[in-house]
Amino acid sequence: MVTSIIRRFIQALFVIVAMTVIVFLAVNVIGNPVDILINPDANQAERARVIAEYGLDQPLWRQYIDFLAGLLRGDFGNSFVYGRSALQVILERFPATLELALSALVIALVVGLPLGLYAGLRPRSVASRIIMSGSILGFSLPTFWVGLMFILLFSVQLGWLPSNGRGETVEILGMRWSFLTEDGLRHLFLPALNLALFKTSLVLRLTRAGVQEVLPQDYIKFARAKGLSERRIISVHVLKNLMIPVVTIVGLEFGSLIAFSVVTESIFAWPGMGKLIIDSINLLDRPVIVAYLMMMVLIFVGLNFIVDLCYTLLDPRVRLDAKR
Amino acid sequence: MPNGDAMDPQLVDHIENAVSETQTLTSERGRNQLREFFRSPGAVLGLLTLCVIIIVAILAPYIAPQNPYDLSQLDILDSRLSPGSESFSGVPYVLGTDAQGRDILSGILYGLRASLMVGVLSAFAAAIIGTSAGLSAAYIGGRVESFMMRIVDLQLSFPTILMALMMLAVLGKGLVNVILALIIAEWAVYARTVRATALVEREKEYIEAARCLRLPGWRILFRHLLPNCLAPVIVISTMQVARAISLEATLSFLGLGASVTEPSLGMLISNGYQYLLSGLYWISFYPGIALLVTIVAINLVGDRLRDVLNPRNV
Repeated sequence: MVTSIIRRFIQALFVIVAMTVIVFLAVNVIGNPVDILINPDANQAERARVIAEYGLDQPLWRQYIDFLAGLLRGDFGNSFVYGRSALQVILERFPATLELALSALVIALVVGLPLGLYAGLRPRSVASRIIMSGSILGFSLPTFWVGLMFILLFSVQLGWLPSNGRGETVEILGMRWSFLTEDGLRHLFLPALNLALFKTSLVLRLTRAGVQEVLPQDYIKFARAKGLSERRIISVHVLKNLMIPVVTIVGLEFGSLIAFSVVTESIFAWPGMGKLIIDSINLLDRPVIVAYLMMMVLIFVGLNFIVDLCYTLLDPRVRLDAKR
Repeated sequence: MPNGDAMDPQLVDHIENAVSETQTLTSERGRNQLREFFRSPGAVLGLLTLCVIIIVAILAPYIAPQNPYDLSQLDILDSRLSPGSESFSGVPYVLGTDAQGRDILSGILYGLRASLMVGVLSAFAAAIIGTSAGLSAAYIGGRVESFMMRIVDLQLSFPTILMALMMLAVLGKGLVNVILALIIAEWAVYARTVRATALVEREKEYIEAARCLRLPGWRILFRHLLPNCLAPVIVISTMQVARAISLEATLSFLGLGASVTEPSLGMLISNGYQYLLSGLYWISFYPGIALLVTIVAINLVGDRLRDVLNPRNV
């Protein structure tokens, strides 16, 4: 098992290195940084000075080594807009995004699991059909438009919930959180629901498919034959076997929640990383863009690695495979 | 053919006959599938809606009340009219106007054109690239295959929107770049599916027969392997068109896609965003409905296609 973990770890490192090459080449070769950095009105001496200052006169491999060295130190250069370390600017926004993504995940699980369970246990009932049709809508509806409609309905027409910002925050562990104050929760609810919509449908469908796969199994029949109560069969035998796929997907999808928060944050003016990256792309703030991309790569590779590890620990078959 | 002389002409004849026989069989199967498709009312409804949308989008310049991107046809006095109100010169605006006095209905018609074009173009290009990659990976095998599949896996582990953002961060904004980004973000799905199908097909007798005839590699690939891997490509393509339309709208909404003067549903919705809080809902609402209907219609058709074309059902 240890060897397989080490092998996975090396693979993960390899992916990260490959992505640094891709990001570096993409930003420095396809997009010309000189155009972004230098005012078109600048004279020749000015151009040469800026090019030398950013090391753009060096050969490409040299620039890449510098880029890597900066990466290891967490130094992506200073943001052109904020004038501070790009990484720092992003890390400041990270808790807001994390909070949004976690809340969306909780909503997706709390809503998706029970509905999926119900639809799986009573596939022919009218309620199940409504649930399943609803989940198709959840897949098809463009997130940003649903977000707008939320604002239109709950903020403009009904006036129940605010439509932008984080509201009041409480500082814990040096980070600001919204979910601990009533005002913050009111601000959090709509964006979290909006972000959760797609994942709720996903969890729901997964759960339903899982239930239908587990129910005809012999051990369920056996449990029924033993005279176990339906509640115990569902809570112990069905749910437990559902957990492995659901946990995997939740782990993998958490990264995509962070990625998709770009859209939700823009709509609800949620001051997280996603809003920052859109602003940075619009303002051509290259260091922030690179730092964001590298951070997403780290998050994704890290999550994949953790999910793989959990799989090895949870599922004995994977463990046995590795031993062989 | 370099080794054509090794083949008996009679044998070739024989094979050509066999091939045409198979084709008759296939067309019969195709007719059955068609009948099967129309058995689902949802799919028929989706297909009809989709046809209407496509026709309306193609005919937009002829049936739209105005050309919303021709500045000479716009009148600032007509701006922000609510649905159903009449213009300064007496023409009714069925769905209202936006801040520049553009008729929303005309905007939607032109927007559908742009959205459909982006969706179809990007899905088509991604299908060609992905299918060729998947097919050749399965056929060549070995190191090339595992290397290609590594790239595909790597790419699929990142969500599409992130890939698209990455591309747009590098390429810059604009509708053409959105199409490029969509192609690059979506080809991997095709590559993976086609490879999986091709791996199964490769082991079948007709490929073995073609190999025994010493047909050249490209001929086996394109005449024999490819047609039998097309069913999943068709299914994915419909779904990808819907996804691409939705993604383009999202990117345009974020201000990374179409510019303000280019028609696109996402752009229209984005235009209305700032007026939403002041109650001018129609600028965003109706283009959104158009987008939604398009996506759902395509998905309904795609869903049914998947059921019908699934080899297990045949």
